[in-house]
Amino acid sequence: MKIILKRDILEANTAEAEGNRRAFREHGVFVVNLMSSPGSGKTTLLEKTLERLGKSFRMAVIEGDLYTSHDAERIEGRGVPVVQINTEGGCHLDARMVAAAMAELDLARLDLLFIENVGNLVCPAAFDLGEDLKVIILSTTEGNDKVVKYPIMFRDADVVILNKADLLPHVDFDVDVLRRDLGEINPEIPVFTMSAKTGSGVEAWCRWLEGVVRRGDRAVENRK
Amino acid sequence: MHELALMEGVVRALERTAEEKGLKRITKVKLVVGKFTAALPDCLRFCFSLLTEDSLLEGAELEIEETEVIGKCRVCGGEFEVAQSFRCPTCRSQQVDIVRGRELYVDYIEGE
Repeated sequence: MKIILKRDILEANTAEAEGNRRAFREHGVFVVNLMSSPGSGKTTLLEKTLERLGKSFRMAVIEGDLYTSHDAERIEGRGVPVVQINTEGGCHLDARMVAAAMAELDLARLDLLFIENVGNLVCPAAFDLGEDLKVIILSTTEGNDKVVKYPIMFRDADVVILNKADLLPHVDFDVDVLRRDLGEINPEIPVFTMSAKTGSGVEAWCRWLEGVVRRGDRAVENRK
Repeated sequence: MHELALMEGVVRALERTAEEKGLKRITKVKLVVGKFTAALPDCLRFCFSLLTEDSLLEGAELEIEETEVIGKCRVCGGEFEVAQSFRCPTCRSQQVDIVRGRELYVDYIEGE
């Protein structure tokens, strides 16, 4: 017997993500999904961003990590509510994990939620979490070919942060090549060049994000 | 390796379907996997064989149809296969939507 199903493999995740999105919208929480390779500086960027936007928004963080709570401890030190998800070897966060973490937060007291995904440029692309904005952090030490190698991630991203710009004089990274490659895959995407460590360039990113959150500019609604 | 998570979802859903339809065994599963999904067919196959051991899907044939990435130009309306670039090869516009290549679904199953 043949049974035609035409059933979406991701339907369970998509349904859960839509549930998350509804809950976030109901409470007016803007959600940012931070994705990158391991070691790109996501947590440092997050620390600097929390510091700069602390007067503007009530914020919280969901930290995805394979096994440890190192990153969550760093964020906790900033006095921001943080919920740790350990994926126990899992290579990405999915919407169900975010739903469980979200239940630990008082959404009514939040304006802006950051989700730090597991460091990985492949798997997180497949899983909608219910976020409003997908951010990719790329660092100058990772080489110039990331955009071409991971087109799905970069096509679906809403903004790219090029981190560790303080190392540009010492590494083989060409910012023009990055812009050219992005131009072929995601031509209108904003790019912020910064060093989260020294703080240089952080202000422009934070000002942009502040505007996006205040306008409720939800990139997800235009994504194709 | 998110293929494992994807395949777990498929196997669980198909076990439920088999129960609903009164199937004792599933003998074939046909998947459609777009090339813009980051799901690798070889990896899906490996995970399928792992996850179906000792289940009513054990030994089932897994057919995977891959679909190319097709872009549609918002300016000239042309459709084209995307290689490295999303730029329209006809009018050079970059206003392009992906119309195929994101498929990820179970097309049909066969069972008895």
